[in-house]
Amino acid sequence: MTTLNTLTLTETVAKLKAKEISHAELYKDVHKAIAEKNERLNVYLTLDNEAASKAEKLLDTPLAGAPIAVKDNFCTEGMRTTASSNVLKDFVPPFDATVITKLKKSGGVVLGKTNMDAWAHGSSTETSDFGPTKNPRNPEYLPGGSSGGSAAAVAADMTIAALGTETAGSIRQPAAWCGVVGLKPTYGRVSRTGVVPMASSTDSPGPIGKTVEDCALILTHIAGQDRYDATTSPEPVPDFTKDIKKGVKGMHMGLCYTDHPQLRGTQTAKVVEQAAKVLERLGATVDVIALSEKIQNNHVLNPDYAVAVYTIVQRSEVSSNLAGYAGVRYDVGRSHFGAEAKRRIMLGTFTLSKGYADRYYVQAQKVRSLYIQNYQQLFAKYDVLLSPTSPGFAQKIGALGDNPMFGELEDKLVEPCALSGLPGINVPCYRDPKTNLYIGLSFMSNYWHEETMIRAAHAFEEATQWNSWSNK
Amino acid sequence: MNYEPVIGMEIHVELKTASKMFCGCKNDPFFAKKPNTYTCPACLGMPGGLPVPNKKAIEWAIRLGLALGCEIPLFTKFDRKNYFYPDLPKGYQISQYDQPIAVNGKVETSFDRVRIRRVHLEEDAGKLLHATLDGEKVSLVDFNRSGVPLVEIVTEPDIRSGEQAKEFLKKLHQIVQYLDISDADMDKGSMRLEPNISVRPVGSKDLPSYKVEVKNINSFNFVKRAIDFELDRQARILASGKTPIQETRGWNEGKGATVSQRVKGEADDYRYFPEPDIPPFRWTSTFIHEIKSQVPELPDAKLARFKKDYELNDYDATLLTDTKQLADYFEECVKLARLPAPDRRDGGQGKVPAKKLANWIINKKIVIDEILPAALVQSILTATAVVAVSDDELGKVIAHVLQANTKAVTDFKAGKLQSKMFLFGNILKELKGKGDKEKVMGLLEKKLTE
Repeated sequence: MTTLNTLTLTETVAKLKAKEISHAELYKDVHKAIAEKNERLNVYLTLDNEAASKAEKLLDTPLAGAPIAVKDNFCTEGMRTTASSNVLKDFVPPFDATVITKLKKSGGVVLGKTNMDAWAHGSSTETSDFGPTKNPRNPEYLPGGSSGGSAAAVAADMTIAALGTETAGSIRQPAAWCGVVGLKPTYGRVSRTGVVPMASSTDSPGPIGKTVEDCALILTHIAGQDRYDATTSPEPVPDFTKDIKKGVKGMHMGLCYTDHPQLRGTQTAKVVEQAAKVLERLGATVDVIALSEKIQNNHVLNPDYAVAVYTIVQRSEVSSNLAGYAGVRYDVGRSHFGAEAKRRIMLGTFTLSKGYADRYYVQAQKVRSLYIQNYQQLFAKYDVLLSPTSPGFAQKIGALGDNPMFGELEDKLVEPCALSGLPGINVPCYRDPKTNLYIGLSFMSNYWHEETMIRAAHAFEEATQWNSWSNK
Repeated sequence: MNYEPVIGMEIHVELKTASKMFCGCKNDPFFAKKPNTYTCPACLGMPGGLPVPNKKAIEWAIRLGLALGCEIPLFTKFDRKNYFYPDLPKGYQISQYDQPIAVNGKVETSFDRVRIRRVHLEEDAGKLLHATLDGEKVSLVDFNRSGVPLVEIVTEPDIRSGEQAKEFLKKLHQIVQYLDISDADMDKGSMRLEPNISVRPVGSKDLPSYKVEVKNINSFNFVKRAIDFELDRQARILASGKTPIQETRGWNEGKGATVSQRVKGEADDYRYFPEPDIPPFRWTSTFIHEIKSQVPELPDAKLARFKKDYELNDYDATLLTDTKQLADYFEECVKLARLPAPDRRDGGQGKVPAKKLANWIINKKIVIDEILPAALVQSILTATAVVAVSDDELGKVIAHVLQANTKAVTDFKAGKLQSKMFLFGNILKELKGKGDKEKVMGLLEKKLTE
């Protein structure tokens, strides 16, 4: 008999509601998995031992009291929130992030807080002040990041589902490396209130789950305009699970980046091209979209520029967002910032300085607009854009080394999309039988059209063997 | 050599909206009973606390811009001004950099016009309190004021004297007060004045290469005195062949002098960039017109109208339009006084001339909060009421007084004109306040020349 921690969220909710399983049994299995694996994988920084008893009262809610792991940059009332930084190591927020309020209202229970790159600065969890998380698929490897703890918690069945945040790749890349599903919504679809800010103009909270349907279910309950976040949209929130089974027949898709010099001929490019064939077989048309150095019809702007643009925009905003942690309120001073945060504060301070802001920050914003225009041309033609999520498999522990651009290079394929505020979802599209590591496929759709990419991603997931839960 | 000051002003005005600029906390820092009670994650700068702009504050800032004759660009945005100070919890102030709410306005003064460069919105900082706790010297922060909406008005360097500065500031204060958007109370810090002063030889058209900013001034008179002091101080330095240093000085009222506070080396670098937490604003001209229609009649226009409509002299009209409340009070009285009132002893004509009302309000220093317009009009009517006296009775009284004072009558006829006034006084005494004085005089003169 499978243990209950391996259930998907959709199954968990159904079984709880049908009284096939009890909250006590469910939480017992989940906590057992945590007890067995957490020391080795370093997934959770804080756990709520009362979670099971809170869950019992929530049977009649949409999420029925299912346990959800939460990245440690969401403020949780009365529960320590560190953003994996020593600066906040004793910070207990007096309020819940809006997403947490919504999650609780829908019957989700915060199981614990997961490790991440400190302040979400990174793509490996190695910048965490509390040590790196290990990839549950193969503990010699990194889980990716910055939502590495949440992706690992899902991959290791140490939760039923999880919440992460993405600024450029921080949901999709760890999902890809851990072989799980990660969904980054349209910027403004999900409230940032109470999320420790990283780059405010791109931060997007979203779900990390075992299946596409699980992510769609969570998104349905955490999305929507928030009166405390002026950048959220009044766009109505549909039930993202409703049309999930409608398939891809008639959808126009464009495949991007497989001709990028870094990818051409690689295994990643090959498995993504095979994935495109699967989608064609399911009834979609897939065009290969050529890479270009400038905006033109039928071409996708080279993602290499996004690395520079993202680096400047993100560092600039970080330098301002971290200015408040100067030792006045949080008891510990600036000396507690880790090396990566210090590096980003310094670079961002430089790129915003008088005499340099025009050359860096302003110029970066102009190029950002070009990506937005390029995508609007492409989405005039295509319902969905496909690309590899990450250039390759998860890297080994220690890969970050002294390379401060590590994350930017790993995330470059999703950075143009993130800078443009577009939604995307990662689904596993290959597993290496030798290393047990995964390659992820990204589906992107236009602003506020998450349903489209969800439908396509679900169809792909159902038609292939790569999802380890839907193919148990 | 003669020198003249070149002065630009920066004025901060706290808006009296119900809630703060970017959160729902109560905006009432001055009367808060305890420190740090009107606070939330947003105005405390806690992780993930986000700013949501206050619609009323924005509308009021636009209203002020319009009242100062500004253009209202149809695009505006907030920016972050990054700097460290313990009363600034986020490490940056949300302000406006290159695209403020209003630009290019003007305020007329009796000297010359003062151009308004810009009007922008920002948030106030918290307040530091330096105290001794358990024998230890500490600095405490009160965030009740953190995030209070603040309008900053910046003029061009058009002011040429302390006197003009004072007049300009009084006028600005009056406009703010007319718009009813701020207490503009300098003692409470809800209006703060910062002149930037430099000095050049009379006749020069160039802007001096330095400027001295004077802070902590809480009265119009102190601004004038600080400017006069600086004119003298800077002129002496220039006359000695040196250039005053660029610095921030404070006004010390006790010493009657400005004192150096901080020498600015390089220009400050606030690393402004667009506030990513607040989307920019694009107005429609309909929206701006709507706000324009909410701008009340302003002091200059009201003054002109009072002079014309009520035939008041400049002095009276200026006094009565000093505050909108007083002007409104006066006009309410005028309206009431013009109503026909048959029950009054004025013969039912219901008239107290506007001029008379103005005199009463000004000379008797009427406290408008204490006496209702209707009551004031009534008391004027009572006090100045003319009780009719029949011609017959009047004739009898005059005849009686003339009879009793034959010497005075003779004297008058002999050319001693004062005797007429003596007789007039005696007649009034006998009438005991009754009767129309002009009519009495007319009849007396007639009798005397018969």
